Amino acid sequence: MTYGNVVQPSSGPTAYGSRTGGSHEPANLGDILERVLDKGIVIAGDIQVNLLDIELLTIKLRLVIASLDTAREVGINWWETDPWLHAGAVGGSGDRELERENRRLRERIRELEPGEYGDG
Amino acid sequence: MAERSGVWVYAVAENAAADSVRGVRGVADGPVHTVTVSGLTAIVEDVPLDRFSESALRRNLEDLAWLEAAARAHHRVIDAAAGGGPVVPMRLATVYSGEAGVRAALADRATDFRGALSRIGTQQEWGVKAYAVPPRAAAPPPENAPPGPAAAGAGAAYLRRRREQISGHEQARQSALAAARTVHAALSRLAAQTRLHPPQAPQLSGNSDQMLLNAAYLLDGRQSGELAALVAALAEQHPGVRLELTGPWPPYSFAGLDEGREGAQ
Repeated sequence: MTYGNVVQPSSGPTAYGSRTGGSHEPANLGDILERVLDKGIVIAGDIQVNLLDIELLTIKLRLVIASLDTAREVGINWWETDPWLHAGAVGGSGDRELERENRRLRERIRELEPGEYGDG
Repeated sequence: MAERSGVWVYAVAENAAADSVRGVRGVADGPVHTVTVSGLTAIVEDVPLDRFSESALRRNLEDLAWLEAAARAHHRVIDAAAGGGPVVPMRLATVYSGEAGVRAALADRATDFRGALSRIGTQQEWGVKAYAVPPRAAAPPPENAPPGPAAAGAGAAYLRRRREQISGHEQARQSALAAARTVHAALSRLAAQTRLHPPQAPQLSGNSDQMLLNAAYLLDGRQSGELAALVAALAEQHPGVRLELTGPWPPYSFAGLDEGREGAQ
């Protein structure tokens, strides 16, 4: 069981435990990027900064939010938006999907085996 | 301005922070120094405009290798500065055309910076991620079906198997999400503040398992042992998710000047 790569404070960059071989692997690039691109303070400065906003946005889209599929699948703010969390197991998107597929299959079976599946 | 150089800003701190970045090299591999205005210190580096002008940055930031080196250097300096006391990290590529602009920013936003610095105090950011453990390891395949309607045809049997398979996956997924939720709730009770980042793509996380939780927690520096113990205990209680703890980080996720309210709970 792996529960983490705990790093002690004060040891230079917040390195992970050596994850590959014996080399001292610095922190995960994704962890750094999502923090320095997205979370640092933005102070209104020179024109450079404002124009860079645009550029950084494309980088974010390309790299950090390259997780869009994953994010969408679990709900990017799944904490707030995931219907399971609010409505319990009922009415969640997973159930809807299951329902749809069941209905589709039931119809298909009715076509293929009219006698077998009744008219349930 | 005799030289064609700009000023890259890493972080804002109190006076004392100057010592902690002595000798640290920055994004342009130059020495990091400080600019101080009435007790507030910006940690900066002079950067050549041939590589750090707007157009050069635009080009360079598209280069992943360059971006990675810059991001790591930016983080390295902020991390070193955070070792000396509270810091407010700047976003990557905060560049001024001269020190005058930095001084003006320090003066203009002094109240905000002081507020953020005192809010952060001795607290540190920690990251916790939860990954779904692949279903085959977490839950047995739903093989032994309950007795269905007698004399069901092959199609109906298929339907039943398929339904059970899907609901098995859904159950595993739901229980992993529920575990992630429980983990987050437990950690939030320990933390002063929390932030949720979007789950990372496998190519960023370097991990093929699906990330369900990517959270940041702000805690007092003295609570790091308590946090590690709690994460270990939670990992044991919830075998359906794998937990990963990183940190301490400078308070990137919590230093926002306008984020005093949001997320505080």
